[in-house]
Amino acid sequence: MIKFDAVSKRYPNGTTAVDDLSLDLPEGGVTVLVGSSGCGKTTTLRMVNRMVEPTAGTISVGGRDILEADAAELRRGIGYVIQQSGLFPHRTVLDNIATVPLLLGWGRRKARARAAELLELVGLPGDAGKRYPHQLSGGQQQRVGVARALAADPPVLLMDEPFGAVDPVVRTQLQNELLRLQEELRKTVVFVTHDIDEAVRLGDRIAVFRTGGRLVQCAEPAELLARPADDFVADFLGAERGLKLLSLTSLADVPSAPGRAIRADEPAGAVSRAGGRWRLVTSARGEPLGWLDTDALPAGGTAGEAALAPVRPLRDTDSLLSALNEAVSSPAGAVARVTTDGVLTGITSREAIHDRAGRSHAEAAGTTTPAAATGATAAAAATERPA
Amino acid sequence: MLELLKNLASWLTSPAQWSGPEGIATRILEHLEYSVLATLAAAVIALPIGLLIGHTGRGAFLAVNLSSFGRALPTVGLVTLVFLAGGLSVWPVYVSLVALAVPVIITNTYAGMAAVDPEVKDAAKGVGLRGRQILWQVELPLALPLIMTGVRLATVQVVATATIAAYVSFGGLGRYVFDGLAQRDLVQVLGGAALVAVLAVVADLALGGLTRLLFRGRPAAAR
Repeated sequence: MIKFDAVSKRYPNGTTAVDDLSLDLPEGGVTVLVGSSGCGKTTTLRMVNRMVEPTAGTISVGGRDILEADAAELRRGIGYVIQQSGLFPHRTVLDNIATVPLLLGWGRRKARARAAELLELVGLPGDAGKRYPHQLSGGQQQRVGVARALAADPPVLLMDEPFGAVDPVVRTQLQNELLRLQEELRKTVVFVTHDIDEAVRLGDRIAVFRTGGRLVQCAEPAELLARPADDFVADFLGAERGLKLLSLTSLADVPSAPGRAIRADEPAGAVSRAGGRWRLVTSARGEPLGWLDTDALPAGGTAGEAALAPVRPLRDTDSLLSALNEAVSSPAGAVARVTTDGVLTGITSREAIHDRAGRSHAEAAGTTTPAAATGATAAAAATERPA
Repeated sequence: MLELLKNLASWLTSPAQWSGPEGIATRILEHLEYSVLATLAAAVIALPIGLLIGHTGRGAFLAVNLSSFGRALPTVGLVTLVFLAGGLSVWPVYVSLVALAVPVIITNTYAGMAAVDPEVKDAAKGVGLRGRQILWQVELPLALPLIMTGVRLATVQVVATATIAAYVSFGGLGRYVFDGLAQRDLVQVLGGAALVAVLAVVADLALGGLTRLLFRGRPAAAR
């Protein structure tokens, strides 16, 4: 969808922002550009909508060389979201969102209707439309920024550290929202961040840049984490990259044993110690309530009334990393598995999680195809063109 | 002192003083004519220059320093100079007043344009506005509060300085000041000065009201 062919950006003062970049971004996927500051990731993004013009090479969007199009018209066909949202402070939220439709000559009524639709899509209340950007929180402003970028339904979305200026809780919310939107809209997204966790969470592919504007590796997150191309990438991914890899594997195919659970209304004194020291207590519906210590059973009362150690039940869609975390922090050393409705399906031991974690590392390191890495290696072969 | 104030009050309130071709009402209208025409002409000259400098970023040094240059310019000297060069006409008055107002408006217009958040301009360009659309739809509306401040400042200065019309034999409220000085009539001098001051304050308040009207509904942060 977006193709960089031997693209360089050099400034007259001699600095190289992007050095001989060849990269193919697949349609409908999120490609995250990561790297420390000054590595050329933002320049790369801004070259796609000609906010920065390359000094060598060609960039095409949807098969068309971007230099052939009129720059302003090109930009109207590409969604653009920046860090501080860049909303127009003198216009209402609704008018901000309607900007591109109005530029495209949709007419005020149709543009407003579309803007109201988008307000809902990004999860903002309808009355937010009449407010001004300054009256919204940072997270809400960022949602408006996304809505404005999506207003004319462009196939490509450029996001330049869009969640960099909001607090971690809101950032996680916004990331989830983006994943939900992307599930529905399937845009070709280019996303710039310096946060590797954000990259792993959001990216279908991750392109790692290093200082001097060189692309070091472009691969799927699991491949990148399992097989970093060199020490620079390994350093950038951090010491916990093994754990990050676990965050990408779901719990679904980890086996669980039928629960040794007891119901909250059973008398505590009747609980047998035969099933191990810690027993899971569930509600009448089967929802896990907590772990009961059979070494310290109360003399009377029901199991539900006894002091229970907390449990955080996990669903099949949860990651192996959260399962490992729960197994380590729970006194029983096991994880309660539940359906999406929160009803207990079984209990998974710490050992089973360890086994699966080891296997997932072996898989990622051994059997992946090198196809995803070709984008990076092709760059080396391409020759530079005169500017 | 009290005597003086009493005389001043009766001078200002006597009906005879207000009517006729040399009455206060006529003088006020003359004064307003000089002021309004000069300020409008200055705005027509200064606004495009200030907007252009602000939009392109070229000539910023000039825009920043113009206002101090303008302040240093001796208006009476200028009016005399143009008067001597051009002969007996009202033009020297207008030239001087416009020269007084132009720097203030340019400097404030530029300041308003320079204060527009670069992120907002970047976003405007990034979503596909052309240079001219950015100027009219983003920069100008956001710079307008400061531009209006410049116009207000210029207006007050022009109203206060339009007294010089009388210095070169024309009308306006300056008539009372210069005639009074020539006739050693302190009451007349004070009366003229007081009227000029009141007129300047009224003009300032009127433009302030207009500004508020323009930005009604906009939150304080976006003004």
